Amino acid sequence: MEQITLSLNGSQVNGRPGTTILDLAQQNGIHIPTLCHDPHLIPIGACRVCLVENEATGALLASCVTPIAPGMVINTESPKVLEARRTVVELLLASHPDSCIICDKGNRCQLRKIASDLEIGQVRFGKTRHYYPIEDTNPFLERDLSKCILCGKCIRGCQELQGAWAIDYAYRGFDSKPATSLEVPLEQSPCEFCGLCVSLCPTGALYEKMRKYKGRETKRVRTICPFCGCGCGIYLELRDQEVIGVSADAENPVNKISLCVKGRYGYDFINHGDRLKKPLIRKNGELEEASWEEALDLVASKLEQIRGESGADSIACLSSAKSTNEENYLLQKFARAVIGTNNVDHCARLCHSVTVAGLAISFGSGAMTNSIAEIEDADVILITGSNTTETHPIIALRVRRAVMKGAKLIVIDPRKIDITKYATLWLSQNPGTDVAWLNGLMHIIIEEDLWDKDYVEKRTEKFEELRETVKKYTPDFVEGISGIPQDRLREAARIYASGERATILYSMGITQHTTGTDNVKSIANLAMLCGNVGIESGGVNPLRGQNNMQGACDMGALPNVLPGYQRLSDQEAAPKFEKAWGRRLPANSGLTVVETMRAAEEGKIRAMYIMGENPMISDPDLKHVEAALKKLDFLVVQDIFLTETAQLAHVVLPSVTFAEKDGTFTNTERRVQRIREAIDPIAEARPDWQIICQLASRMGYKMNYEHPSQIMEEIAKLTPSYGGIYYDRLEKEGLQWPCPNRDHPGTRYLHKDRFTRGLGLFQAVEYIPPAETPDEDYPYILSTGRVLYHYHAGSMSRRCQGLDEIYPESLAEINPSDAQELGVEDGEMVRIASRRGEVEVKAKVTERAPKGVVFMNFHFNEAAANILTNPALDPVGKIPEYKVCAVRMEKA
Amino acid sequence: MKGGAIDMSKLDPILTKHEGQKEALISVLQEVQGEFGYVPEEAIERIADALKLFPSQVYGVVTFYSQFYLTPRGRNTIRVCRGTDCHVQRTTSLLAAIEQTLGIKEGETTDDLRFSLEPATCLGKCSLAPVIMVNRDYYGKIVPRELETILKRYE
Ligand code: SF4
Ligand code: SF4
Ligand code: SF4
Ligand code: FES
Ligand code: FES
Repeated sequence: MEQITLSLNGSQVNGRPGTTILDLAQQNGIHIPTLCHDPHLIPIGACRVCLVENEATGALLASCVTPIAPGMVINTESPKVLEARRTVVELLLASHPDSCIICDKGNRCQLRKIASDLEIGQVRFGKTRHYYPIEDTNPFLERDLSKCILCGKCIRGCQELQGAWAIDYAYRGFDSKPATSLEVPLEQSPCEFCGLCVSLCPTGALYEKMRKYKGRETKRVRTICPFCGCGCGIYLELRDQEVIGVSADAENPVNKISLCVKGRYGYDFINHGDRLKKPLIRKNGELEEASWEEALDLVASKLEQIRGESGADSIACLSSAKSTNEENYLLQKFARAVIGTNNVDHCARLCHSVTVAGLAISFGSGAMTNSIAEIEDADVILITGSNTTETHPIIALRVRRAVMKGAKLIVIDPRKIDITKYATLWLSQNPGTDVAWLNGLMHIIIEEDLWDKDYVEKRTEKFEELRETVKKYTPDFVEGISGIPQDRLREAARIYASGERATILYSMGITQHTTGTDNVKSIANLAMLCGNVGIESGGVNPLRGQNNMQGACDMGALPNVLPGYQRLSDQEAAPKFEKAWGRRLPANSGLTVVETMRAAEEGKIRAMYIMGENPMISDPDLKHVEAALKKLDFLVVQDIFLTETAQLAHVVLPSVTFAEKDGTFTNTERRVQRIREAIDPIAEARPDWQIICQLASRMGYKMNYEHPSQIMEEIAKLTPSYGGIYYDRLEKEGLQWPCPNRDHPGTRYLHKDRFTRGLGLFQAVEYIPPAETPDEDYPYILSTGRVLYHYHAGSMSRRCQGLDEIYPESLAEINPSDAQELGVEDGEMVRIASRRGEVEVKAKVTERAPKGVVFMNFHFNEAAANILTNPALDPVGKIPEYKVCAVRMEKA
Repeated sequence: MKGGAIDMSKLDPILTKHEGQKEALISVLQEVQGEFGYVPEEAIERIADALKLFPSQVYGVVTFYSQFYLTPRGRNTIRVCRGTDCHVQRTTSLLAAIEQTLGIKEGETTDDLRFSLEPATCLGKCSLAPVIMVNRDYYGKIVPRELETILKRYE
């Protein structure tokens, strides 16, 4: 491309057309101060601090908005520039309070830094101040707008990047300031406490509350957020052995400078006083502290004893979607090679097992087909069964940005969730009727001749069966089942089919049903029908919930497959593992999570080894889970806190958080990313991988790894899709599998030109109603899920002060008309009962919940939604039906 | 709420007419103000929803233009000049006197909706300083004790 030549501080330099003077200077290592500029925001050229002189004309130019031009003679430090810059800064200081000494922004304040660089001591102008009260009613950030210089970064960040639009400019002239609508406190506005505005603010006008008086960090460590499957890059900011803050890793392609509230403010669980410090052994009914020697010896001998008495299959391991890939790999190796059973599973079973099953059949590979960043460039987005804003905040940002760029968004969800605010079309279906409306969409698309015939012919098979099956799903018929008005369904079909690059995002609202596998297959059918798989920004994108759920599955922490989804019966794979591991492998598939619990209750499973999971909150039908765990002869729980499950254990082994170990997580877009040890293990806690190794040795199987990187080398050798993944390659940026060899750059989107299985397979499915539907005794539908401020069973997020303060208790969302019938007011307690148990919980009366449906989150043990849920399983994926069960409600 | 409950259903025809039209914000605000005499706080979210805007944007625009009011207006508007000449002639004491008589501050409205009190920069009658203006009538060279008689004329 042609280059522009100009003079910059006396040297001749080249730049691409369109480059700003500021960018060019930065590329050439010349610093120009800025206040209103950030490379991630659209420049506005408001503050004039970045002035430079074009000595060819004598003009002063705002370098952040002025593109370079041939023949410019730029001086960034001419006397004229310095004088003008000084004036600008002095003017800003004239309306700024003299509180630098006590301001918590301290030496992170850009204004102060620039002033001192310019050697400004005295301000020549008369002071004209604004006094605003400090707003500090929320737990995360304080606003002292008397220090605001109106750079607009907070507003632009909140609008352009976060898409929340909590704030905008209000008033004008001297009175102008960033404000929420009606100037309500942030917590009453659409603010999501993402903290982006704080990180952008160049002055002390916005600052982090939790960081006050903590001083400046002494070290920053680059790692990955542990709170969800987005896998945002973060820096942990440390003062010695304490994590005092988190900032975004702007180099990480997943999130750039954005984070959500959990990632940014949910770090205080790491140094929390409740952390387990020593192993615990149950003696005379009580858990008592013990040494590692004693605890490990006991676990080893007990497991050996039980295996001796009842066989290896009487033992089951639960792995963890929160632990690293290396640890998941080791735990399944431990189960298979050391204990000798395939009874290993983890809670992906409860979330996305049907995705793995369904998409593997349709496409040959059960993961997100496309990447997070690509969503921003889709022209049609269909979201169903995903409360994206709360469960995958950073993905929701991409969706919002796509909409701001003009994409059409269709949301099909029973609840009026946040993302519906951005939607072109929102349809509320009756819970559990997904196959019906999906077939309905395909019926319309075929009837109106909107499908991609060329694609269907060249890239897929079994289309005729699909065409036959969806014939009877007329809009009228579908309306009867799903409650979606015919014309709206038609509109949705036309919008989806009109997309050049249409993407489907789904999550547990699709999978957590007895028909979960069918739902997933139907989604795959729809995407293939319109030729949307194997293209950039299109695809079928299951959003995986926990930080390493994708990785835990990839590592074979599943009872029916080995690492990389290689089948137990695979004639090549199985012997390869046997050779590498030096043991004969059990051939029969093991038990899944819910099956394990049933077997335990029946006495067939006698011992369980649970790493970092809390089934006492997360599994369906908790009463039975409790009975099952109590019946065990031996229960070992390895965790960071004494969770509800750990309280039932015979031995509790203290493990470390993500901040105290090295390893990798694989995010929902298949990106394998490094986590790094930032602080020493708390007290005597040890990383999961070390504990497993030590235990294996005691059971006569050597696991010699000095560092997780050596485990990853073993994984790479045995797992084709991870074949090229080595730690040295992960230093700068993660790699997306499939990455078969050391030279492979990783794969951004799957199924380009060819499906993993060859041709895409249409799998026609019929609608089947949910296992439990409302009746006279239990007239309401209960649906469960997550909220923005908490994570999983709550053991981490509820120990984060800010998160707990802003969302301190469970709330059941009830539609106003149902509330009225029940005589329940907002904030009153309701009793909710299903055939399996009952809970009392505070009602939140809101239009978000449709009539006849009550929604509960599962983060709180005091009102554990899973006491109520139905353990009826999808026959293929064995996922329980968390999203639909029948309940009755009354005022408590 | 001053002036009793307001009938929000009067918003519907205005909003239906402009459904989804972001650019129509200013005219919608004018129509709303025409209907209610001001822009009620409760209207902001509904306007935002209807026009596919965010409430903070609507609020930003409402506060940007001094022609829009977020509180009900009095039947009569008193403006006390804050221009230089009037300032020299001590309009501040006039202002204080009015504030005391009516029991409201600049920018506020009396509970009975009889008066709104507003700041004004030069009212263009500097030779008469100090100047106040009630509705369209100017009063120049006045002293605090004349105020009572003046205000009595307005119901
Ligand atoms: S915290 Fe995030 S959502 Fe809230 S105002 Fe700041 S940028 Fe906007
Ligand atoms: S609060 Fe900070 S970021 Fe926002 S406009 Fe003021 S100085 Fe800029
Ligand atoms: S979106 Fe997920 S990964 Fe990113 S900061 Fe939030 S919780 Fe962490
Ligand atoms: S940084 Fe260029 S004008 Fe503010
Ligand atoms: S200064 Fe008051 S009218 Fe001009």
